[in-house]
Amino acid sequence: MADTFAFDLAPPQAKEPAKIRPIVSREEWGMRAGLGLLALYLAVTIAIPLFMLLRKSVEDADGSFIGLANFHRYFADPALSLSFQNSFFISILGTAITLWLAFWYAYAITRSCMPARGLFKALALIPLLAPSLLPGLALVYLFGNQGIFKSVLMGQSIYGPIGIITGEVFFAFPHAVMIITTALAMADQRLYEAADALRAGPVRTFFTVTLPGCRYGVMSAGFVIFTLIFTDFGVPKVIGGSYDVLATDIYQQVIGQFNFQMGAVIGLLLLAPTVLSFAADRITTRRQQSMVSARAVPLEPKPRRAVDRACFAFCLVIAVFLLGVMGMAAFGSVVKFWPYNLSLTLMHYDFGKLGTDGWNPFWNSLKLSAFTAVFGTAIVFAGAYLVEKIRGFGIARSAVHLLAMLPLATPGLVLGLSYIFFFNSPDNPLNFLYATLTILVICTITHFYTVCHLTAVTALKQLDAEFEAVSASLKVPVWRTFLRVTVPVCLPAILDIAIYYFVNAMTTVSAVIFIYTGSTKLMAINALNTDDAGNSAAACAMGMTIVVTCALVRGLHALAGRTFLARHQAWRRRSA
Amino acid sequence: MPYLQISNVSKSFGTFQALKDVSLEIEEGKFVCFLGPSGCGKTTLLRAIAGLDIQTSGRILQGGRDISALPSSQRDFGIVFQSYALFPNLSIADNIGYGLKNSGKSRKEVAARVAELTELVGLKGQERKYPSQLSGGQQQRVALARAIAMAPGLLLLDEPLSALDARVRLHLRSELKSLQRRIGVTTIMVTHDQAEALAIADQLVVMNQGVIEQVGTPQEVYRNPKTAFVADFVGHMNFLRAEVVGEGNVQVGGLILAAETGGLPAGEIVSLCFRPEDIQVRGIAAGNKNTIEVRIEEMEFLGTFYRADLALNGPTSPRVMADFSMNAARDLALEPGKIIPIAMPADRLRLFGEKRG
Repeated sequence: MADTFAFDLAPPQAKEPAKIRPIVSREEWGMRAGLGLLALYLAVTIAIPLFMLLRKSVEDADGSFIGLANFHRYFADPALSLSFQNSFFISILGTAITLWLAFWYAYAITRSCMPARGLFKALALIPLLAPSLLPGLALVYLFGNQGIFKSVLMGQSIYGPIGIITGEVFFAFPHAVMIITTALAMADQRLYEAADALRAGPVRTFFTVTLPGCRYGVMSAGFVIFTLIFTDFGVPKVIGGSYDVLATDIYQQVIGQFNFQMGAVIGLLLLAPTVLSFAADRITTRRQQSMVSARAVPLEPKPRRAVDRACFAFCLVIAVFLLGVMGMAAFGSVVKFWPYNLSLTLMHYDFGKLGTDGWNPFWNSLKLSAFTAVFGTAIVFAGAYLVEKIRGFGIARSAVHLLAMLPLATPGLVLGLSYIFFFNSPDNPLNFLYATLTILVICTITHFYTVCHLTAVTALKQLDAEFEAVSASLKVPVWRTFLRVTVPVCLPAILDIAIYYFVNAMTTVSAVIFIYTGSTKLMAINALNTDDAGNSAAACAMGMTIVVTCALVRGLHALAGRTFLARHQAWRRRSA
Repeated sequence: MPYLQISNVSKSFGTFQALKDVSLEIEEGKFVCFLGPSGCGKTTLLRAIAGLDIQTSGRILQGGRDISALPSSQRDFGIVFQSYALFPNLSIADNIGYGLKNSGKSRKEVAARVAELTELVGLKGQERKYPSQLSGGQQQRVALARAIAMAPGLLLLDEPLSALDARVRLHLRSELKSLQRRIGVTTIMVTHDQAEALAIADQLVVMNQGVIEQVGTPQEVYRNPKTAFVADFVGHMNFLRAEVVGEGNVQVGGLILAAETGGLPAGEIVSLCFRPEDIQVRGIAAGNKNTIEVRIEEMEFLGTFYRADLALNGPTSPRVMADFSMNAARDLALEPGKIIPIAMPADRLRLFGEKRG
């Protein structure tokens, strides 16, 4: 006992050596400050607005707390709660159909030897260029009261679930094809050779190798398009008729009746399933990554006559449908008076005659897209860089990463509504932003932040992790290596982010519809209003203007990719 | 005074202790290898010296300056990583001159230094190419040239040769050594390849589980391993369970062998170690100490010599490895199944307390 006692009296530093406190360089402090700013920015543009929405849903019109009374009222109203059911019905059926079509389409592109695979792949992406209301308009032309193929519906009306689901399938199809194509492209030739050697037939191989290999990709696609359809506003607005869904309800409550509390309630009802589906998606994608090892041998499909022909026929039908819908919208925009006078004219493109707005919405859209592309890309890439490269500081990095994920789970309508609550509040020092183009830019950057952030993170993770260590040993400041190495090497990803922002800013309706004003009206919104006013030909013309603009910018992007990268980034080629 | 002084350095990642109270001194101009299996802490120690992952406690002094808490950018070192971390979008010349351009030197001075360095590493004429156009060995030289461009006081090499194929590795190994001799920079190389470490180092630091097991010249470490771990890890070694049976004698199975027991008491269980090449087959007189008859069980042809598997007494007895030169194998007509006398010189037998599993 005496020994122990003496031991306890020994000076503590003998046991516990002094900890080293690393000196943080000025650069590192700068980066940490940047990360702090980013966290603040994301808090202001997504976290706090969503919190305001949450608060609004438990308040009455005077702003006093009333618990869940609004929710009670919502579900007590049969007309309102019916939309809730309708939304689920549309989304589940739409998801099932899209998944089924997209899977075989993606299978044909990646696993068959049919001709024109590249062309079919490009055609599948056509719907991305258009605002979602455009397929709605085209479907009205095709199957509406005066549609050419009205008889196909055998007395059913296109205005309602049939029209909504068809439009949503068109709208969601490219997203599903992209995700499933990626999943199917990651296949290991050796597994197929093993299946062959074990005498498994083609059907057995499909169910034991192909399907398990891409199941997480298919599930992920399912979650993504469920969210897209569940929260889409353009299609049901144009073709829904009296069939109400949550997305059109929220618009009516807020814009039609100024019932912000009920709007907030519906917003949360929209948010809940998307958050769940998002969480499920994150879990499944994490699994997918660990499936294919780095040593996999890429699969080279072999010709199979019957399968290749079937694939080609299937893709042809789908492509005709996609082109038909788009072509109908284009045709609708250039005929004089559908269906009575089919002579061609450009008069519907003379937006100046339509009203006071003229071409202003188009210029607004162009400005919004350009600003969103430039500032969005800068914020996203710099932010992803900080999250990836700062050493230590784990809590702040995880917080920013989490905030960056939030927008993907937030439907555009919910984001827009929460912006009203937050930025329009007279107590908010940022109130001056309200009713400006700036807030539309901020909103759009936030709306599409997650996909861009993940693209940037993926590109940065492919860089050698020791670039910064090497620079430090050579006494070169971090920002210099960022500009001279990181940015040039990641340029393809940066361009991808910019184009993604541009096209989405051009076509989006949902988030911005709550916060535009007369002077910041956008082209897609104008198309929606014009259709509402009964002039669907002009609405088609506006939609097609967007499509053409997006197609031009994409073409420019592809061209820039070819010529610029070839001239200034010779290092990408393996041999000189 | 040593150039680099590491005292009582510990590093923990959460509850895992990667370095446990490590102390080491390195003289200026020496080529030092940190050698050990993966996870032994050798790279952690290198990264602590570079300031990339600063130690939890303990001091590091470089040239008398306490650098313990400094960020990498304020330390004086050049580094080559296993991946080389070459900037893919910059030409070879721009990679090598990356730090020089930033140091306020004129264009001309930078160009002259880059030319000197490309010449030094044997890449003259390749300056305008990009890293992806070079072979692995050439990329490694670019990384090396970039690391020494600023004439650092300390050159750190983190497994620089392990991404290369065997032939290139052997070649670059000797080049690396002669380059280091020429410019005289104090160099630390991390490696798990003991042959590489033995060939290249002035001083070996053998590490295991976060502690330094032994420090010494390659010859010292090879001839006199201080611990059973070092004996096992550096070179090939036979291990036999033995019992001390008195001053200068141990018993293995039924055999009594003479060995330096160094004051170990009788009855102590020990590991008896000897290298395969220390077993003698030629010139054995009948009365020699430690001479026994063994049966050759198997012989593996390894190019310049045979590695044989010997049964000490009877087929169930412990096996030992022995290396026989081609000459000896031919002269004595050694082949599997043959019974031969061998000698195990007492001064080549080492005993370690029975700790290793």
